[in-house]
Amino acid sequence: MSPLRFANPATIAERYPELFQPDWWRRSKIMAGLGAALGLLVFGIIQLEIPLHRLSDGMLRLGGFLRLMVPPDAGSWAQAVIYLHALGETLSIAFLGTLGGAVLALPVSLLAARNVVANRIVHFLARRSLDTIRGVDTLIWALIWVGVVGLGPFAGILAVICSDFGSFGKLFSEAIEAADKKPVEGIQSAGGNHFHGVRFGLLPQVIPILLSQVLYYFESNTRSATIIGIVGAGGIGLQLAEQIRVLEWQRVSFLILLILITVSAIDWISSKLRFAIIGRRAVA
Amino acid sequence: MRAAVPEFPQARLQELADHYAGAVAAKRRRMWVGSALLVIATLAAGWMGNVDLWKLSENFWRFPAYFVSIAPSLSFSSAWADLAEWFWGLQRWLRLLGDTLLIAYVGTLAGAISGFVLCFLASANLVRSRTIVFVTRRLLEFCRTVPEIVFALVFVLAFGLGSLPGVLAIAIHTTGALGKQFAEVVENIDSKPIEGVAASGGSWVQIVRFGAVPQVLSNFASYALLRFEINVRGAAVMGFVGAGGIGQDLIEAVRKFYYTDVSAILLLIIVTVMMIDFVTERVRHHILGLEGARA
Repeated sequence: MSPLRFANPATIAERYPELFQPDWWRRSKIMAGLGAALGLLVFGIIQLEIPLHRLSDGMLRLGGFLRLMVPPDAGSWAQAVIYLHALGETLSIAFLGTLGGAVLALPVSLLAARNVVANRIVHFLARRSLDTIRGVDTLIWALIWVGVVGLGPFAGILAVICSDFGSFGKLFSEAIEAADKKPVEGIQSAGGNHFHGVRFGLLPQVIPILLSQVLYYFESNTRSATIIGIVGAGGIGLQLAEQIRVLEWQRVSFLILLILITVSAIDWISSKLRFAIIGRRAVA
Repeated sequence: MRAAVPEFPQARLQELADHYAGAVAAKRRRMWVGSALLVIATLAAGWMGNVDLWKLSENFWRFPAYFVSIAPSLSFSSAWADLAEWFWGLQRWLRLLGDTLLIAYVGTLAGAISGFVLCFLASANLVRSRTIVFVTRRLLEFCRTVPEIVFALVFVLAFGLGSLPGVLAIAIHTTGALGKQFAEVVENIDSKPIEGVAASGGSWVQIVRFGAVPQVLSNFASYALLRFEINVRGAAVMGFVGAGGIGQDLIEAVRKFYYTDVSAILLLIIVTVMMIDFVTERVRHHILGLEGARA
């Protein structure tokens, strides 16, 4: 085993000088980018008047909260039943909200897809109104619906329907636009009308994709439905916010644990279902 | 030419037809079972979620009526004065919107940095120890699953009102979300550069720095930008629990029925969100385009 001939770094540097020359232009660009990012960070900290000296104080208090959180405890059995009921409400908010949003979004997404409705004005209007709906957060929708149907999970369901309507409309129309147009042409050349083309050429292609998107949103809505209760729209968030406000930390940790378990169970089930629907490869 | 098409005997045709009918029937049955399950689940969820269609149909007029009532009264003759009246708090709101964007920015940057550090520990192709990978992944999952508003509620109690709890809440949630996405990117990288650095005697940090990071940086930047977009929406409602930004003014306007204020603030938020979406989408395509050009 003789040592390699070019193992000496100095020799290599001599042979390939261009590889060892620092690229100052590139470096200065990277440095400028990093500097700008850091500058904005410092500016943000100053502008937001973030009291860095309170950080250590708050951390201590946070540590105290954490100590009070163990062991998680619901208080009593009656209380635990109430929490489980609230969890059920949260799940129904996520389920019905996702389902309702998807059902309402399907026809609109057809309007917003360029390859179904060729009219540019319709397309533009549908797209922009979906964007507007998406720009409003679920919590804000919940505030509005609480004013319409009163406090409770029903307002939460309607809020999730509204915000999902916007997201699904956009996702669905994009999936539809990405579909292969040959099946549609085939049906039209065999004498089918426009409706037949959509029903037998387009929908069979996109339904599995849409279903998997719906399931994915069900997962993420389970997370967002846990907080919708903060503005009074039912579910476990209401209980959680209340227990945080009255500093019942053991109950808080019990509720958080409950949420964690539920969310990972839903994740697991829905990823199984998604794989079953569109196959393992297509998901990745 | 006609003889070229072989004709099946009748029995064989019958068999094929039966098979076909059986397959179709099985598909239909599955479809019916699925639909039935869906209906049952819908009914159960409807019962659980206090769905009251009667109440909805009775009160539905309030929904469009709300939008009518928050709409400002603009007349053509005094359009400027009306607009000025509608956006009477524009300066304050723009400052709060700026705060909201900064909360999202600082939170995203802090979360992206910690997610960047943690993602390599959560990648099974870089870390041998299964325990470290497992623990890091569970930590990221915890950060991701607990909603940011809940973190904000707790932090408001620990750090007091203001932007700090909002920033921290967003940072923690972002750590979880980005840490997971980053780790997925890292697990899909080419292993040859890593082996190369390891073979020439690089330490673990050097392996990550020279083997992994150059491959993933553009993807990371794209994910971080996407997360910034999401965090702007999140930061807009942080004020609901007293964690800074424009949400505070919005919920006050909603609760106190300052109707035109609601529409003005909502409009500002929507326009800002759309602009941020537009800009980040451009930048993301640019970044990913650079990557594509190099590959």
